[in-house]
Amino acid sequence: MKRLFPILSILTVVLLAYALYEALVVAPADALQGDVYRIIYYHVPSAWTAFLLFFINFVASIQYLAQAKRSENAAKWIVIVIGVVGVVATFLPPVQHLLPTGMRPSAVATTVLLIPVFYFLIGKLFTGERLDVLAITSAEVGVVFCTIVLVTGPLWARPVWGIWWAPGDIRLTSTLVLWLIYVSYLVLRRFSNSAQTQMLAAALAVFGALDVPLVYFSIWFFRTQHPQPVIGGGGSMDPRMLHVLLISWMAFLCFAFLVCWSRFRLELLQREVEQAHAMESMVGAGTTSSKPSLPLSRSSR
Amino acid sequence: MNAVKFLFAAYIATWVIHGVYLGTLVRRFSHLRRQLKELGKGK
Repeated sequence: MKRLFPILSILTVVLLAYALYEALVVAPADALQGDVYRIIYYHVPSAWTAFLLFFINFVASIQYLAQAKRSENAAKWIVIVIGVVGVVATFLPPVQHLLPTGMRPSAVATTVLLIPVFYFLIGKLFTGERLDVLAITSAEVGVVFCTIVLVTGPLWARPVWGIWWAPGDIRLTSTLVLWLIYVSYLVLRRFSNSAQTQMLAAALAVFGALDVPLVYFSIWFFRTQHPQPVIGGGGSMDPRMLHVLLISWMAFLCFAFLVCWSRFRLELLQREVEQAHAMESMVGAGTTSSKPSLPLSRSSR
Repeated sequence: MNAVKFLFAAYIATWVIHGVYLGTLVRRFSHLRRQLKELGKGK
């Protein structure tokens, strides 16, 4: 495992450099926007990566709550029912009529299917305290990617729309709200010392994740200044541009994976240090009874 | 043509944000390793 990290790091740097070359040199210029449209090669993959990380945070939080409340079986069956009903429903004509123009039922079914797939995969790979570690890791890295979305968006909007921000635009506002929800999640974890912090944070994460579909679907269901989806949605993107966009996303996914790996190890180390401090305090309290002991539950982070 | 400066600003801003975050991770790692060593558990 120790060797894998540097090898993956080198591969990721090469992939990021290749994606940058493709984005700046190989991808054709846009007929209307010129070169400034190339911001999408950083903006869109960052948004997709942030959504994925928030989704992982959501699943890990549900798993954590289910395990803490000893409701794993009930949660497992609810997720299976959501997956089966969701997939079947997308192929029923009355439900298909509700889908916006251009949205393919198969795409919706695949997305719904990801819920049980991720749920069981994460449940298999992570248990107990490690689910909580995964939740905080994915939330923190997700906030970094969401910050990039909020910074690169206005930098594209200024030359194209003539304004930095469109006040009241639902896509922009819901993305900002999403960022604020996860920042508050991190603040809660950082500054709360209660033994219930992990449970409260998991509950906040479950409700916070509800904003992700709102952000994603806002441009399908509402009138907004934000451009229509680059994939699906009836829009047509040059296949060469789409190719570069997917390479860029792959590069950012690899990068996000490595950052999450590092952050995960950092959190484990942090907990190890906190446990060592707590043990030391207990030993100190047992011998001298003058040293205040630290709480045994994890405090913050 | 002037819009290209926004393109470069976006790309630079992206890597500055990632760089700052990675910097905080490295700083937190070294701080924790130092603490572990002080606790006599350093590897």
